[in-house]
Amino acid sequence: MNDLLSVENLTFENCHGKRWQRKGTKFTLGPVNFSIRAGETLAIVGANGSGKSLLAKLLVGLEQPDSGAIYLNERKLEQYDNKHRVLNIRMVFQNSNESLNPGITLSSILEEPLKLNTNLDSQARMRKVEQTLKLVGLLPEHRFFYRHMLSDGQRQRVALARAIILNPQVIVADEPFAALDPSVRSQTVNLLMELQRELGLGFIFISHNLGIVRHISDKILVMKQGKVVESGKTDVIFHWPKDEYTKKLVQAHQALISGQD
Amino acid sequence: MPRLNLYQEEFYPSPIQNTWKEFKENHAALMSLYCVIFFIFVMIFGPLLAPFDPLQQHIEFLLVPPAWDNNGDISHLFGTDGLGRDMLSRIIYGCRMTFGISLVLVIISMLIGVSLGAMAGMSKGLRSSVVNHLLDSIMAIPTLLIAIIIIAIVGTGLVNSMWAISLALIPQFIHQTRDIVRQKMKKEYVLAAQLDGAGKVHIFFNSILPNMAEMLVVQVTLALSVAILDISALGFLNLGAQAPSPELGALLSEGLASAYVAPWNIAMPGAAIFLMMMSINLVGDGLRSALRYRLLR
Repeated sequence: MNDLLSVENLTFENCHGKRWQRKGTKFTLGPVNFSIRAGETLAIVGANGSGKSLLAKLLVGLEQPDSGAIYLNERKLEQYDNKHRVLNIRMVFQNSNESLNPGITLSSILEEPLKLNTNLDSQARMRKVEQTLKLVGLLPEHRFFYRHMLSDGQRQRVALARAIILNPQVIVADEPFAALDPSVRSQTVNLLMELQRELGLGFIFISHNLGIVRHISDKILVMKQGKVVESGKTDVIFHWPKDEYTKKLVQAHQALISGQD
Repeated sequence: MPRLNLYQEEFYPSPIQNTWKEFKENHAALMSLYCVIFFIFVMIFGPLLAPFDPLQQHIEFLLVPPAWDNNGDISHLFGTDGLGRDMLSRIIYGCRMTFGISLVLVIISMLIGVSLGAMAGMSKGLRSSVVNHLLDSIMAIPTLLIAIIIIAIVGTGLVNSMWAISLALIPQFIHQTRDIVRQKMKKEYVLAAQLDGAGKVHIFFNSILPNMAEMLVVQVTLALSVAILDISALGFLNLGAQAPSPELGALLSEGLASAYVAPWNIAMPGAAIFLMMMSINLVGDGLRSALRYRLLR
């Protein structure tokens, strides 16, 4: 089976401040290598400021890498080929509250990607919006709602609906569960896994919660200060961590679980 | 027997409905809104309401006091001026002129200001900051002063004063729009729209404008009161509308000549300007607090 998305030697150098007032602070990401297949889940773990979100931005094309390449279905994603990227790699933001426009209804929010990227007429767009709302466990009537009428869990579902409405192949999620309380979190996790099974999505997500990571991911990428310190299958990493940093992470997680029981 | 309500209809107000609900709580603002609506009504149907032509001189009724005075005459409700012109008709036409011209000027400068401000807000770097600081320095000068300077260059007259005032109003709109656009551009939903492949124009009209409409309404009411004040001030100084035309400021300056004999000649246009300004300011204020509290709840 071929790789759905693969990343080779991706690097990025971030200088804080303007070019003419360059200061000492410099952040280098990478080189990053990984690949996932359809239906697989990759978790990116690491401390704050380790470049996880930056990696997500590079994947969806908000930032341009300095070197390296991203291949989707073994086809290289060019820098200016945004259409192809938009249709196939979609992002879910950390704070679903912020990522939904407060001034327009859900149907306009969900219609926007369809308007911009497909040739559907307005009726077909509406049908698609209704279908997608049902798919994420909301009602078709929710399309008349505004953001402030929804609960946090519902907002996260809408954010997810927005991501899957274009039938993408990969979803990149930046801490999608961080802002949710435990019951809604597990609902969302289950919803995601269900959708992944149904649609055969490749799913890349960033999380601090190693419990969720262990539960849903097939592979793990551990990052520290912009470098990938360890990557591999979830089971392998949780049972036989090689790197010092990974060992600490896993130990902390184990301590937390045994403390709970 | 009380009616059983089996199906509870859930009502979810839109942001605009929420604002209206908050606005209704403020009685002063609501009354002012009715007042503004009354002025708009007068502005549209003025010629049908006015009993006489504003320029017609009634030789037999010179300086007649208002109807409630002992010497007053019911055919001239607000009295007449030194040339025997009916005050009520002149004020109706004056409101029509002052209010209508201000409204047109504000709409024009809003369109220009918002489009320039949007361009400034969406662009980055040196160009944007040049626009910003240049405008800030212009904003430090009162609009009336800018208008007078422009009139000193192009000459007096109503049309010239209109140009001057709309030019003086534009910087405020640019500044406000630029601020809001910059602020919204940092939001995640704009980022999400960018990821949908939206261009700058699309982002402005679909993501930013729906959230900006309310701020614009507030800014428009403020600009409207400034425009009315400036138009009548220029008319009063004989820089704007010239003598026979029934503009409220020009009426005031004409009435000033006979202020001791016929104080109603300055009281009436003054009261009209006062009422207009107060209602518009109160509506603006009510809208602003309604928007603020709507966001809090």
